[in-house]
Amino acid sequence: MSSSKNTLLIGTRKGLVIYEKRSAGWEYAAEHFDGIPVSYAVSSPDNKIWWACQDHGHWGCKLHLSKDRGANWEEIEAPKYAEEDEIKDGVPASLKYLWVLQPHLNGNAEHVLVGTEPGGLFESKNAGKNFELVRGLWEHPSRKEQWFGGGRDYAGIHSIVIDKDNHDHRYVGISCAGVFETWDGGRQWEPKNKGLRADFLPDPASEVGQDPHLLVAHPVNQKVMWQQNHCGIYRSVDGANQWEDISEPNGVANFGFVITLDENDENTAWVVPAVSDEKRLAIDRALVVCRTRDGGKSWEKLTNGLPQEACYDIVYRHSMDITGDTLAFGTTTGNLYLSENQGDEWMALNHNLPMIYSVRFS
Amino acid sequence: MPTIKFTYALKRFYPGLKEVSIAADTVADVVRKLDEIYPRMSTYIVDERGALRKHVNIFIGSTIIEDKISLADKVRDDDEVYIMQALSGG
Repeated sequence: MSSSKNTLLIGTRKGLVIYEKRSAGWEYAAEHFDGIPVSYAVSSPDNKIWWACQDHGHWGCKLHLSKDRGANWEEIEAPKYAEEDEIKDGVPASLKYLWVLQPHLNGNAEHVLVGTEPGGLFESKNAGKNFELVRGLWEHPSRKEQWFGGGRDYAGIHSIVIDKDNHDHRYVGISCAGVFETWDGGRQWEPKNKGLRADFLPDPASEVGQDPHLLVAHPVNQKVMWQQNHCGIYRSVDGANQWEDISEPNGVANFGFVITLDENDENTAWVVPAVSDEKRLAIDRALVVCRTRDGGKSWEKLTNGLPQEACYDIVYRHSMDITGDTLAFGTTTGNLYLSENQGDEWMALNHNLPMIYSVRFS
Repeated sequence: MPTIKFTYALKRFYPGLKEVSIAADTVADVVRKLDEIYPRMSTYIVDERGALRKHVNIFIGSTIIEDKISLADKVRDDDEVYIMQALSGG
């Protein structure tokens, strides 16, 4: 299937890199914010606004938007925690990281939700002129005692799913806390982690404290949800009421960060596995994408065009995306790969980018 | 009024940046009032709690401020306050 999305927004440790599909193929097109880490970049569904979240090493987290595809950028005041907000009792909350920005699906390009460390979900309906902390989640009784950092100092929200048919129905994925669901636009939230296993907790089946590295829902049938978890790959067919472990028992599809879905087939997904959490290396020093076409019952390795020796690439949770049959992913060592046939063959677009944090088609 | 001087690195975000004099009693006052001259500059220097960002240094004369949490260090009229970036990263 062809796609109309012909731009790639690539958030890197040294700026936002743009690739565009032109007559000669995918080409490096532009760079923005040179030298500044861009933790996440995405466009609104109608492509009217590009958003760039920055994690500036010296000057804090910054948020920028562009209404002309990057020709001009405007700095928006980043979400703020209020004076009374605490991470834990006696530990004041302040913005540590802008982990994900999810444009709303309601047709208002200015309506976004932002997931942050230390665990706050923020919402703006006016392109960031005002951000409001979603208090219902922040004040969830589990937060101060049962949420904790996974890979970062404090718990953070990296995944936001909005029900396309009921915008008050939303999910978030939190590392480490798990999946939470609201049906009333964010006032009340419930953990939805049945079936998950947290090997790093005294009680691996704990309803709170799970570590979904990335939570996604099938764009057409959103009851079908998937997550690449710290402890395997999981799928739910009932809107996260029950999760099933679909990791490959004796294969490579197990630990990893990213998972990407096929909008035309709710049984197809891609992951990029890595060696366990203790090491975080490419398996056997080879870069492998795994694909399932049967809802996780079986996984196939896709390696055509990917390095199979002396490779140290890891793919972070936001660093793979799909449009039509075209997949793209970027790695921690600055490699950018693209496939136009669902992963059967890969081509390298660049071997020399900075560490890649996010890859999104626009 | 104390004179405020800036690291060159902030010129990237404030191209017209130059030293300024600000009527202030404390470093916190200085940072707060900078926003009136350079909008949002305080967000580059301190977090939303008013604490100095980890990789920013403020000197009064040649001395690093003591209170990096609330920036309560006193400033005098003849002081020079330097807002610098710490050396870090790669």
